[in-house]
Amino acid sequence: MNRITRRRGTALVASVAGLGLLITACSGGDTPGDDDTAAGGDTDCAAFEQYGDLSGTTVSVYTSIVAPEDQPHIDSYKPFEECTGATVAYEGSKEFEAQLLVRLEAGNPPDIAYIPQPGLLQTIVGDFPDAVAPVSEAAEANVDEFYAASWKGYGTVDGTFYGAPLGANVKSFVWYSPAVFEENGYEVPTTWDELIALSDQIVADHSAEGKKPWCAGIGSGDATGWPATDWLEDLVLRTAGGDVYDQWINHEIPFNDPQIADALGEVGSILKNDEYVNGGLGDVSSIASTTFQDGGLPILTNGLCFMHRQASFYAANWPEGTDVSSDGDVFAFYLPGPDADTRPLLGGGEFVAAFADRPEVAAFQAYLTSPEWSNAKAIATPSGGWVSANSGLDPANLTSEIDQLSAELLADTEQEFRFDASDLMPAAVGAGAFWTEMTAWIANDKSDDAVLDSIEAAWP
Amino acid sequence: MIVAIALFVVVMGLVLLLVERAKRLPSWAVAAAFLLPTVAMILFGLVWPAIDTIRASFYDRNGQNFVGADNYVQAFTQNEFQIVLRNTAVWVVVVPIVATFIGLVYAVLVDRTRFEKFAKTLVFLPMAISMVGASIIWRFVYEYRPVLENVPAEFQPAQIGLMNQLLVWLGLEPQQFLLSPPLNSFFLIVVMIWIQAGFAMTVLSAAIKAIPDDIVEAARLDGLGGLRMFRFITVPSIRPALVVVVTTIAMGTLKVFDIVRTMTGGNFETSVVANEFYRQSFVQRNTGMGAALAVILFVLVIPIVAYNVRQLRRAEEIR
Repeated sequence: MNRITRRRGTALVASVAGLGLLITACSGGDTPGDDDTAAGGDTDCAAFEQYGDLSGTTVSVYTSIVAPEDQPHIDSYKPFEECTGATVAYEGSKEFEAQLLVRLEAGNPPDIAYIPQPGLLQTIVGDFPDAVAPVSEAAEANVDEFYAASWKGYGTVDGTFYGAPLGANVKSFVWYSPAVFEENGYEVPTTWDELIALSDQIVADHSAEGKKPWCAGIGSGDATGWPATDWLEDLVLRTAGGDVYDQWINHEIPFNDPQIADALGEVGSILKNDEYVNGGLGDVSSIASTTFQDGGLPILTNGLCFMHRQASFYAANWPEGTDVSSDGDVFAFYLPGPDADTRPLLGGGEFVAAFADRPEVAAFQAYLTSPEWSNAKAIATPSGGWVSANSGLDPANLTSEIDQLSAELLADTEQEFRFDASDLMPAAVGAGAFWTEMTAWIANDKSDDAVLDSIEAAWP
Repeated sequence: MIVAIALFVVVMGLVLLLVERAKRLPSWAVAAAFLLPTVAMILFGLVWPAIDTIRASFYDRNGQNFVGADNYVQAFTQNEFQIVLRNTAVWVVVVPIVATFIGLVYAVLVDRTRFEKFAKTLVFLPMAISMVGASIIWRFVYEYRPVLENVPAEFQPAQIGLMNQLLVWLGLEPQQFLLSPPLNSFFLIVVMIWIQAGFAMTVLSAAIKAIPDDIVEAARLDGLGGLRMFRFITVPSIRPALVVVVTTIAMGTLKVFDIVRTMTGGNFETSVVANEFYRQSFVQRNTGMGAALAVILFVLVIPIVAYNVRQLRRAEEIR
């Protein structure tokens, strides 16, 4: 009896001790691995002296950028890590938007998060006012120096600057095959009317072969519908102009304002036109069941469509070995405005928010806003598909022609730049009704008015 | 997590030690010592979150202002939520009935045949596949490729979905199965039935085998056979098992989320309460509405659970 008791006691002590080990292993782990010593030595550390010695510190980064696009990011931190001694722990997640909020709620935020929607930043500041640290002084000075004022505005909530701009993309692009255009004697259109005329020309020339001028896909898992919102945003900018666009975002005019209805009608004249879509993919409803990644592929694979409106980052979707250049297999032209002189530009980007105010976090945020980082990132992305609005970015470091064109458009002050509307609107609209209603508009042929009324009703 | 495990180990350790030390404790004290941690954890992990969710459902989107029953009013009056509730109702009615019916008929048909084991394995296998896995399989079954007009045969996309290939072989047009409501909900429901029929078949088959041989024999001597044997002997004999199967599947169906999220993401009017609850809470960050939907789900499941428990208890009494 006594022996059994003792054995039980020992087992108990052992299990408690084992658990103790487990706890220490989990909380104290994560010692930084120094495996990049071989690469060191040739980096010029002069620009990093301002950050001081940060040896032994770690900055955690949480983003929605996952493989394969994460490696260039991780590589671009090397100079910072080598010169300051700090370690950057990178974590990407496809569930980023929902999980960031869960982590904030649980009091376990990352040090740094790359937030792709200013609307989400506003939500976070509103719901967790004490969690977000304002952008560090050094970073703010960089943003003032190297970015257009509007970019600082997108990262500002109620007068406080919370999100420093990181990457950027241009959405007002139409992908096409320069070779096929040349073969048919088609010119890149410079006005909206020319674009429609070209579409009609393609219908006249090729409908007998089953080819259509446009192809499109708006499927994107949880976020199905967002490519269709981009279409509407681009058209609002073109038919109603930037001022109306701003009123629309801020809900100073209702979502179902007649001016927005006009723009939606214009989108419908392409996306819901059986003669125009959906080249190689089916009828109008197939736009909803095709993923945006696959949407433009018929341009290359079987030539059943000629044009695909999608952002600069679509460059990454072409099969490996595709020549993406102005005289190659595929390239993109600027989605024309009402006339050749009115050239509004729709774009997007990510913003760096800090959830800790330790010196190494502030230093890392400052590094991300510096020209050093932008250039390091451009060099670390040899296959292209990345660009930033940082004026210190040397275009020569951008390897792909489409990135150079994007950088050129972003830097052009004549261009009336506007940020993606759905990313700026409250989540209930921007990540909710706007997506689902545009999907229903295409998939179930829901009427223009019903769609706009439903989105207006969902505005919080 | 780790804190919870540590707490569990420490508390259980203390309980074990105390029980070990004091030999002469009254039995109620021993029982209480073992029950208390469980009760505490149920309070902490189940009751308190439930109360907190109910509280949150009466507040606005970030839980700051009291809005009364607004969230519920919205859930029952706004068009998009009505569709969600309607879909959930259809799921809960159709899946348990059809899955149980298929399972029962199948169990009776293969009972005591030569290939019984093999036939049962076939139907039971889908049970081993996760809902997400099953959804991906079925999305391929429904996959759509158009037949393009005026396009030469060599450029026609090949049907890779089984259903559409069957339609094409029959000389019909391929369909977008998941796109047009209300039929698309039924195509999703098929997936759930495919998974659950195996469960129904297994439980019901065991129940059928438990029917005493003399009863079957007596019925046969009285001239019963075929359908009438099924109607008057088999079904009444396994009634408790049938009820348990139907209610269990109904509970699983109420919280269906994975299938809808994987196959359509709740688009095209296919959303159900559990999926909408996730969307509202985590994607659109409307905590109040999410909580209200969770409470609605909770209220809907209570009668089914109560009935299920009562039936289980009654079945045990008989034994």
